[in-house]
Amino acid sequence: MKFLDEYRDEAAARKLVRAIEDVATRSWTIMEVCGGQTHTIVKYGIDELLPQGIELVHGPGCPVCVTALETIDRAHAIASRSDVIFCSFGDMLRVPGSAGDLLQLKSHGSDVRVVYSPLDAVAIAAAHPGKQVAFFAIGFETTAPPNAMAVWMAARRGLTNFSVLVSHVLVPPAMTAILEAPDNRVQAFLGPGHVCTVVGYEEYEPLASKYRVPIVITGFEPVDMLEGLLLAIRQLEERRAEVENAYGRAVRREGNPASRALIDEVFEVCDRKWRGVGNIPRSGLRLTPAYATFDAEQRFAVSAIETQGLQRGRPSPISSGPARSRLHSTIASCSATAAVVACRLI
Amino acid sequence: MGKVDFNGVIKRVCLHHVPDAQPGEYVIVHVGFALQRVDEAEAHKVFEFLEGMDQLDELRVEES
Repeated sequence: MKFLDEYRDEAAARKLVRAIEDVATRSWTIMEVCGGQTHTIVKYGIDELLPQGIELVHGPGCPVCVTALETIDRAHAIASRSDVIFCSFGDMLRVPGSAGDLLQLKSHGSDVRVVYSPLDAVAIAAAHPGKQVAFFAIGFETTAPPNAMAVWMAARRGLTNFSVLVSHVLVPPAMTAILEAPDNRVQAFLGPGHVCTVVGYEEYEPLASKYRVPIVITGFEPVDMLEGLLLAIRQLEERRAEVENAYGRAVRREGNPASRALIDEVFEVCDRKWRGVGNIPRSGLRLTPAYATFDAEQRFAVSAIETQGLQRGRPSPISSGPARSRLHSTIASCSATAAVVACRLI
Repeated sequence: MGKVDFNGVIKRVCLHHVPDAQPGEYVIVHVGFALQRVDEAEAHKVFEFLEGMDQLDELRVEES
């Protein structure tokens, strides 16, 4: 398929590996931010193609994995109610809460439904006026416009039985937290291509200059990843620290203005707790007061559910077999939300 | 809403975010929403770079 096959071409990938070998003179540690990029690295063995000394550190960019335990528990509390149809992207169903996962809840009789799009959840609400329909609105900036659109449409259609459990997270505050950590080893970032498709990369420019760190906005196919790595290593070797766009076919500097406007209409920035990381200031989105009636936490009074014992983690590289297998299984459970594809309008 | 072809699988997706998209064009789709048009000229750039590498290699061979 066009815009897919050519970016998986082995000869093109090998040429880029050679270009990286020509440029790299020393060891560098580079973080790919997105879970989708980590998926490509593991699937195609990209880390094993690179010259010795180029270390890839896997970033926090999987919205499924970073959703806080108490948010999962709140989802369970809502989904357990007999008057609720709980809708979610499929990959959230296997994420463990304090007492099992949503799939187990479904097997015990709760009405938990997998939807492809948040608009499917709106349609279910319209079709079941006697039920409450709650949608688990997780995601990074990429998923914010679709989720915002679902709320906006429900408001326009006057659907009083639709609500969203919001657990949106934002990438730049997480990158800042990594860069501020005293034990940070990351020297350059492959930036999140599809997040930037929506919000652009202006917000990344102050990060690159303040922390003297190259940020290359990168796509998700093997050729994309290798091009991103080449540009990042070239910057490091030349002592430059800029934002470069290696995913020009999908990313403009300003992002998508229509998407950004919709996010600003429905959501506002808030503090957010990340599973395995802890609280990161101004790293999440919540509904604005104008849309607060669609907040599932308030509607079902589950905000008081809290959990203890979150540990502060730090990104670690995968180099050994067992670690790689664990990563495989994590990715296998959460790749559906990351699915963003190019296709032809007909 | 509009129809897209995912390599043979046809789905209806929301086109609100890509008001200028035309039939036949490629768009980036996520959870039922087209989020951006694919820029064909930008898409070719990496392959132009790789062609440049090939030409450089040929020059090197000729010099040696």
